[in-house]
Amino acid sequence: MAGARDYDDIPGTYVFDGRRSQQGYHLNMFCMSLNAEANRERFKADEEAYLDGFDLTPQQRLAVIERDWLGLLQCGGNIYYTFKLAAIDGLSMQDVGGAMSGVSGGEFNQMMIDGGRPVDGNRRTGEAPVGQMPEPPSPETPSTAGHSS
Amino acid sequence: MTTIVGGIGTSHVPAVGAAIDNGKQDEPYWRPYFDKIQPAREWMAAEQPDVCIIVYNDHASAFSLRLIPTFALGVAAEFQPADEGYGPRQVPAAQGHPELAWHLAESLIGDEFDITIVNEMDVDHGLTVPLSVMYGEPSVWPCRVIPICVNVIQYPPPSGKRCLSLGRAIRRALDSYQGSDADGLRVAVFGTGGMSHQLQGERAGLVNVDFDTAFMDELIAEPDAGCLRPHTEYIREAGSEGIELVMWFVMRGVLDDEVDEVFRMNHVPTSNTSNGLLILQNARAA
Repeated sequence: MAGARDYDDIPGTYVFDGRRSQQGYHLNMFCMSLNAEANRERFKADEEAYLDGFDLTPQQRLAVIERDWLGLLQCGGNIYYTFKLAAIDGLSMQDVGGAMSGVSGGEFNQMMIDGGRPVDGNRRTGEAPVGQMPEPPSPETPSTAGHSS
Repeated sequence: MTTIVGGIGTSHVPAVGAAIDNGKQDEPYWRPYFDKIQPAREWMAAEQPDVCIIVYNDHASAFSLRLIPTFALGVAAEFQPADEGYGPRQVPAAQGHPELAWHLAESLIGDEFDITIVNEMDVDHGLTVPLSVMYGEPSVWPCRVIPICVNVIQYPPPSGKRCLSLGRAIRRALDSYQGSDADGLRVAVFGTGGMSHQLQGERAGLVNVDFDTAFMDELIAEPDAGCLRPHTEYIREAGSEGIELVMWFVMRGVLDDEVDEVFRMNHVPTSNTSNGLLILQNARAA
């Protein structure tokens, strides 16, 4: 993959750039086809047969069948496209957000009501997320606490 | 000459449209949001713009990866609500203003903004939700609509600086309009999208109200500085979909350098989004 980008260190974020667009073109255009009611009906009637009409990789096809919302992003899907698939299943954006971040839709919705996911701790890979304290120092580690006395 | 009645910055959250369409405004989740936006609706009802230029982004509705115009201008007489994958919203079609839209096309391209001209384009929640936010549920929209569609889905979107410059070019076009209805034509401009939100990935649900507040402050007071914010800073601080906020700079560019803040609202959450609504008017002479 040519060239690192300055957003590559943002955690849990799949920037839909040219790299992902190339990877996910056919997957996203499959999702796009679901804008037509007749296609939605055909897909619901026989998902495998419908997917035969699109040039998906085995990984993409599996992610569609399994409704692997995070996996779909990882193989080139864009959320606005993959959400069309979620809508077929009657899922909300909270359901999908929860599935991608490892909680239930209800828990995700409550997180939003409580103010959303904080940016502190989530700006860069390796930052300690808020609420998750760093490891306590081991007894052998010299403490600075005594210096104040 | 046309009159610029004001600029409106607003989120375009689909769930807001769904709440209106399904009569959920009085539910505890929604009532606080709809109460907060009521003064904006009253302002809109008093100002009565004849034309709303709505800067929004299409979400894989009229456009797809097949064709990705960075800036597209709708010149049609009518724009139907799009089927985004779950049936079109049951809202009125938007009536266009072809005469003014074609003037915009000619003026913008003459001004070196080589905008894509679109005759057939269904409009999705990016355009219809802002109309619902400002007008509620009329049987017909009380204004004509000129859609300006900006790509913010396929990275990279245009820069904030380019968006601000586009707004200023639109202003020059409005100032030079001499169409059949030009005298006293009242025009409002919407910049839509944002505020902080991220729909995708393990970081989904990100909200940064401090960013949103600072963004609005800077948009108002220092647009020429604010427009220089790099894309990566939007993604990092305001979430991958927060980058939609560059579209507010088009709205800002249409207005004078000096503006008055008429209304401001920020509400968390609507769906997965920090929802903002801002109304600006050209500063009145003291």
